[in-house]
This record gives sequence, C-alpha cells and structure tokens, in this order.
Amino acid sequence: MKNLTKLSALGALGALAALPALAQETAAPLAPYTFEQSVNNGDVAWMSISTVLVLLMTVPGLALFYGGLVRTKNMLSVLTQVFAICAIVAIIWVTYGYSLAFTYGGSLDAYVGGFSKMFLAGVDLNSKVATFTNGVYLPEYTFIAFQMTFACITPALIVGAFAERIKFSSLLVFSILWVTLIYFPMAHMVWWWGGPDFLAQEQTAKLIAEAAGDTAAAEAAAANLAANGLLWNWGALDFAGGTVVHINAGVAGLVGCIVLGKRIGYGKESMAPHSLTMTMIGASLLFVGWFGFNAGSNLESNSITSLAIVNTFVAACAGGAAWMLVEWAMKGKPSLLGLVSGVVAGLVAITPAAGFAGPMGSVVLGLVAGVLCFLFVAYAKNALKLDDSLDVFGVHGIGGIIGAIATGILVNPALGGAGIPDYLSQPGTLQVAEYVASTAIMAQVKAVIFTLLFSGIGSFILYKLVDVTMGLRVKQEVEREGLDIAEHGERAYYM
Amino acid sequence: MKLIIAAIKPFKLEEVREALTTIGVRGMMVTEIKGFGSQSGHTEIYRGAEYAVNFVPKVRLEIVVSDSLADQVVETIRSTARTDKIGDGKIFVLSVEQAVRVRTGETDDDAL
Repeated sequence: MKNLTKLSALGALGALAALPALAQETAAPLAPYTFEQSVNNGDVAWMSISTVLVLLMTVPGLALFYGGLVRTKNMLSVLTQVFAICAIVAIIWVTYGYSLAFTYGGSLDAYVGGFSKMFLAGVDLNSKVATFTNGVYLPEYTFIAFQMTFACITPALIVGAFAERIKFSSLLVFSILWVTLIYFPMAHMVWWWGGPDFLAQEQTAKLIAEAAGDTAAAEAAAANLAANGLLWNWGALDFAGGTVVHINAGVAGLVGCIVLGKRIGYGKESMAPHSLTMTMIGASLLFVGWFGFNAGSNLESNSITSLAIVNTFVAACAGGAAWMLVEWAMKGKPSLLGLVSGVVAGLVAITPAAGFAGPMGSVVLGLVAGVLCFLFVAYAKNALKLDDSLDVFGVHGIGGIIGAIATGILVNPALGGAGIPDYLSQPGTLQVAEYVASTAIMAQVKAVIFTLLFSGIGSFILYKLVDVTMGLRVKQEVEREGLDIAEHGERAYYM
Repeated sequence: MKLIIAAIKPFKLEEVREALTTIGVRGMMVTEIKGFGSQSGHTEIYRGAEYAVNFVPKVRLEIVVSDSLADQVVETIRSTARTDKIGDGKIFVLSVEQAVRVRTGETDDDAL
C-alpha cells in the first residue's frame, strides 16, 4: 500500500514526464524511471464497496457474533463496546492514526510513521496513493477510508476475550492507548512501503549511479529502497492483516483475559450463549464483509482481487466444514456454533494469504485452521484454564498464526500460489521472485514471533496501566447483575 | 370439584387439549415450565464449554372439573400424553373448595 509523500518529494520529475509504455530496454543505458499516476474509476468503486463491507463486519457483524455468545444480561454491553470502539477509533484515525500508520517516520520509520498528516494535513482531492501495480493509483481519501475500517475492527475484536466483566470506561481508554501504541505501529511495520513506482524509480537511480560509479547516489537510492516498515523489509507477507489484525488482536485478547481473570462462576455456572441465532447472523455478516477485507486489500479491481475472493470463499467453507466434522467426531454432535466458528477460523487463516495462495492451497489452509482452532478451543483452553470468553485467541490468534506461517508455504507457485512479488529485478514491472521455501517461511515465522512479543508485551503494559489507574474490572455486584443494567442503564430484552 | 395438575411433554399439548375438549372439559390453564423427574437432563456443548442441563422443558396443565369428570380427565391425559418413554410426565389430583365465575358470580360446578 502506498504513499505519496516519498513520491512527491523524490519523484516530482517522474510524475511530470508521461511515458505510459515505459519500454524496458535493459541492454541500453538506463534512463531515469518515469511514470504517470492514473486513477481508475473501477478501482475506486471497488474500494468504496470494500470499505463499507469491512464496516459491515464490525457493525453489526462482529457485534452480533459476540453479542449472541454472551448471557442475556450482557448483550448490550458487548454491542455497545464494539460500536463505541468503532466510532472512537474512526475519529482517532483521521486525527493522527493514519499519519502514524502511513507516513514516513523519520529516524523511527522502520517502526512507526510520523505526524506529517495529522488531521489529514495535505490530503486533498488530488492526493493519490500507490497500489500494487506501477502507474495505478487510488485517491488518498479512498485509501484512508478503507484502512480506517481495519483500525476500527481490530481493537473491537479484542473485547470478546474479556466480555461480561470489563469496565466500559476502562475499555475505551485501553482501546485508545492500544490503537495508538500497538495497532498503528504494527500497521506501519507491516504495510508501509514506497509503492511500485517509488521502488522502480529508486532501483533505476541506484543502477544508474552504480554504472556511473557514483557511490554516494547509489547509497542514497539504496537507503530509499530500504525505507519501509520493519516487517516489510524482512520480506514478511501479509496480504490483508494476519499479523496486523488477527494475531495482534488475538494476543491482546489472550493477555487481557489473563490480566482480568476469570468471570465469577466460570466453570460452575452455566454461561451458555443467549442467542446463537444472533451469532449466526453476525458470523454470516463477517463472512460477507470479509470479501471487502481480503479482496479489497488488493487495492485494485483486477485478477488478484478475483483470486482473493475465491480463496476467501473456499477457505471459510473449508474451515467451517472441518470444525463441524471434527467436533461431530470428537464431541458427538455437529453444532451450529462449531460450524460458524470454523468459518471465522478459516477466514482468519486465509487473511494473510488471500492474494498469495492458490484456491486449493486455501482449501487445505481452511481445513487445517478449522481443526487446530477447534482443538485449541475445545481442549487446550480448558487445560490452560483460560477464560477467553469468546475465544478471541483461539480463533484469531491461533488462526492468524496458522495463516501467517502457511502464507510462506502456499505462496509457492508450485503449490498454485501467486508467487512472491518482485518489483526490483525489472523496475517498472511486477515479476515473481524465485521461491525459496526456507527464506519465505522464516520471514513469516519471524513476523509471527515479533507480533506475539510486541503485541503481547505492549498490551500487557497497557492493561496494567489502565488497571492501576482506573481498574479494568467491574465490581462483583455489577458483574452478577449484568453489565447492561449496571453500566448502560438499559436491557436488551423485556421478557 | 377437583384440580388436576399435569406436567407433560410440550409437543403433546395440542393432542391433549383436543382429547379433553372431546370429553367435555371447557377450560384449562397452561404454563411452560422446567423441571426434572426420573428423566435426567442433557449436556449442551458450546465450543469448549460443556453444561449439564438438569431441568427439561415441560408444559403444566391446570384443569378444574366436577368430581364426576375427574377420573375421565386423568385417564384421557394419561392415554393421550403417553409415549411410553421416560419423561412423559405426572398427574396430580387435588380437591377444590370453591370456584367463582368472575363475570356472573356463579359458583362451584356452575362456574366451571
């Protein structure tokens, strides 16, 4: 995904010259790379639809998915938490979040962006951001809105882990801190890069400088080529947010449920879901919205979008079928909750691989995620004595880890994958890099471990901070009465 | 007069109502209840959480009839609600001291 700050600073020359065909004469002496920025109305339409699809995942999708799983007395608290996080993070996003995630961060650029676009400074109707194709751009507003929905849903995912016991005010403070200090830097580290044209321009400049023996210019160009997020430079692939969104939220959830402790009566009283009908509706909305999430992450409307749609569809179905069948075999009955949980697990797992894997690889990935997430949630969670109320870690954490690592395997063209993108070997075109399994998988493993540690430790500190100052948990009597009446002064159902 | 209280399987309610209407019962009260008897409950599994549900849903009928009709009502409920499986329910018969129809003030058998 990409930025224009670098391009406008360094590529003013390129932006002026219009050579659409860009004949590549590799043998002849290199000319500086020049390019046009063209915006395609079809891309803008698709990205606008994707944006509202991802919003649909959060409200009402995720809210209902979670809401149905809690007890009647806490229904509204979960709906309110998800919706309020969405509202507040959206404002933060346009205030400073977008700037922290998607601008050049100076000396900290590997980790986080800067403040150059606070309050969307400098963004106007003519601002553009790069996509994944040379010369193809999106209006910056489109990109801002699309990425805003990601920032909104990620902290909302976490609330499932400590549902039915968190204090609302503390949750809001935690969420604000969390997106600021964990999410925006993660998004920057994984998704911040110069864009295809910037890379082509700098790569060409570097080759020219090397040919002319100008080491200073060559080094400057090399430094520009490396001015990407930390995990991007590791070669970690994350198409739509396996690390940034799912592992990140999953681990934050895991840490959160440990810090807050178990619900009163956990393991003794029945805490059965109050409406699996709501949960099914929510899961279905997540399923539908996820096409915007995954296929929209392509930023363009082209054949990779189509691939991502097919992959997302089949991985979700494979996840649902796998969970249902293995639950049927091991627990005796195929449950609706198992089926829809498996669908979500499959969706989570395919997220980082959506535009990289092939359809058959996606089916396998969905099946594996369905089985492993089931085993974690049905057995490991109890063994570990975790009260992750709605299985945020079991589904998003475990599914995200499986998906992130599998992306390094399934991207292999020999397995039907799309291959690792290479913008440098022939500047101005997108080539497929040679696949080296060890390199590709190691990059993914490193990214997973980094995310687990960064989000785990960072979230722990933030939880403790909020706990010490405000208290994270509601009072015992509030928890018994239910958060709806005690915290929000209303009830979901009159019966 | 007798008060007949019966707890039966919910899906038998309509059949029992029809059969009782046929023998001349002109009113009853129905409540959805939960309870347990010799039929044990069941287990519900939600992902990793398993809950033993000890109370099973039943329907409770309350019927007040004249003494002469009581035995026939009991027999009709028994034969209609019966599935020969555990959990078919129970029937209790109590004596009733007085009955009043609110609209007219009629009492006892006339009020039924």
